[in-house]
Amino acid sequence: MAFKIRTGYEGDLNLFKTPQSVASYGVLLLLLCAAPFVLGSYFLSQIVFVLIYTIVGIGLVLLSGYAGQTSIGHAAFLAIGAYTAANAAKFGVPIYIYLPAAGLLTGLVGWLVGLPALRLHGIYLAIATFAFALIVEEILARWETVTNGNEGMMVKPASVFGERLGEWGLYYLCIGVTVFVIVIAVNVIRSPTGRAFLALRDSETAARSMGVDSARYKTFAFALSAGMTGLAGVLYAHKLSFISPEMFTLALSIEFVMIIIIGGIASLRGAALGAVFMIMVDPLLVFVKDKLPALIGAITGSAMAQDKASVLLAAPGVKSLIFGLIIIFFIIYEPMGLDGRWMKIKTWFKAFPFYKPATFRRQKMYLKSERGR
Amino acid sequence: MIDFVQQTISGIAVGCVYGLIALGFVLIYKATEVVNFAQGELMMLGAFLSYTFIASLGLNYWLGFAACVICMAVLGMAMERLVVRPILGYPQFSIVMATIGLGMVLRALAGMFWGTDDLRIETPFSKGVVHMGPLVISADNLSIIVATALLCVILYSFFRFTRMGVAMQAVSQNMLAAYYMGIPVKKMFAAIWAISAMVATTAGILLAPITFIHANLGFLGLKAFPAAVLGGFTSIPGALAGGVIIGIVETLSGFYLPEGFKDIAAYVVLLAVLLLRPQGLFGGAALKKV
Repeated sequence: MAFKIRTGYEGDLNLFKTPQSVASYGVLLLLLCAAPFVLGSYFLSQIVFVLIYTIVGIGLVLLSGYAGQTSIGHAAFLAIGAYTAANAAKFGVPIYIYLPAAGLLTGLVGWLVGLPALRLHGIYLAIATFAFALIVEEILARWETVTNGNEGMMVKPASVFGERLGEWGLYYLCIGVTVFVIVIAVNVIRSPTGRAFLALRDSETAARSMGVDSARYKTFAFALSAGMTGLAGVLYAHKLSFISPEMFTLALSIEFVMIIIIGGIASLRGAALGAVFMIMVDPLLVFVKDKLPALIGAITGSAMAQDKASVLLAAPGVKSLIFGLIIIFFIIYEPMGLDGRWMKIKTWFKAFPFYKPATFRRQKMYLKSERGR
Repeated sequence: MIDFVQQTISGIAVGCVYGLIALGFVLIYKATEVVNFAQGELMMLGAFLSYTFIASLGLNYWLGFAACVICMAVLGMAMERLVVRPILGYPQFSIVMATIGLGMVLRALAGMFWGTDDLRIETPFSKGVVHMGPLVISADNLSIIVATALLCVILYSFFRFTRMGVAMQAVSQNMLAAYYMGIPVKKMFAAIWAISAMVATTAGILLAPITFIHANLGFLGLKAFPAAVLGGFTSIPGALAGGVIIGIVETLSGFYLPEGFKDIAAYVVLLAVLLLRPQGLFGGAALKKV
């Protein structure tokens, strides 16, 4: 790992590590705020999805990257947030009430899900969260008085003080929630809570013997992560304006985990990078499906190859094939994700010409058994 | 009452399939402490291969069965070599996600290669029905139950009595120490993935006449998790017993409870077991030295 040399404790307490980062994040925020004046509605809605995925990604980074707990059921939390929003909007509740309420409710559910986590770890936890997600999915389909079952339900546009929140309003709301979530995450990480998370992740036994209350911090990590996902769920519901149970499947949960795998598992910046990547996959795929067969036809000079390629690319499994390959590729070749790559590039320039790949080598553990912990 | 017994028997048959998939999880977990989320997909591929060998190429059922098992053993080894081995020693989460990715790739490829239609194979058992008093058991179901029991005995004795089986257990407990003791750890890994793929294939081929063969057959693997957890995740008879229990619970709740409970019964059982007895019904509490 590359280490930053600290000369005082103030450096650890600052929200931003360097003056440059204040400037660069400020510019990014300004650009995002200015975007609606320049970009069309397609790009705007893509950015909204990126922001929503970023929020979920940050929740997962806190949970998996920092607290070391696994979850492959986050779609369920998103669903709870989304359905809360849909129902609250149905009764005309203003968004500034049900947005925090949905976050709190989902956080509460997350806390409940975290309770089994006290006794479970690693693989068992993954299985438990995914069982939870499947049960939630089934409840959504069956509890027709609230969720309208498999037919799905329309989500009324959000209103603030009687005013309808339009496309721009939702966009700025997403920016606001994202900034809020990021600030919370940064504050949690640099507080004693965040240090406790890290201690629990690296060795629960050691952390407990140092007096870290593992039960409290594990459930808190779950509640925090779920609450953030619930906020994202509210935005998701309003963005799509129609929700149904088959949107919140295991596949979505896996997409969420992909965000942090692609971005880098213990990095907030990675969550944003991963979200951008995940949202870009779809348009890129459309582009490739559009152009690649013609290119193959032009290179091989045969119409048959062109037809074959277009048929293959149109097959329904292409997206999941690509997703699967992306997961495997990142885990094997870039385990620190896009953020890790960014740090490597930065270090390469900083240390030029003395960059050593070993700086970032991860330690492999062949001794550790997760059994009977 | 007769309904109950009849339902229970069909539950046992379904449960045996879950048990066989769970057996695959358990084998790999027991030997390498990796959980293979692509186990269901391996089963699906086995079923598709049996279609190719038996229905398309017209091989004899048993010959086709053997061919499938051999092909899948090779595939299992290839998967281990290409995907799992490079990330051994990394946190378990990475390996779990890698196998999920692998499952997605296999499912997509199967969908592209064999199409999305439901396929079907003929087996020597397809027509037969066994009468036991007032009970009726189809030979398909019976073949699953018998084959599962047989496999279970074979695998149990393999781990208990053969040098290789014991070596695999040593690898699972401490890879490094096993390596120092002269156990070829890498070969053990390849072997266990091959065995696990073979077990999955068997499950797939046995299941093929009952449910149709399609690319989403792999999702059945998700039902095998409750089975494996119930059995303690390291116990071979446990996986089977867990599978049977899950199968029975599922069938009975489909029969007696309102619609919708059938699909989640297995997961409710799973959560209950994880909460009340995380080591499973058959897993012993193991202590770990820090």
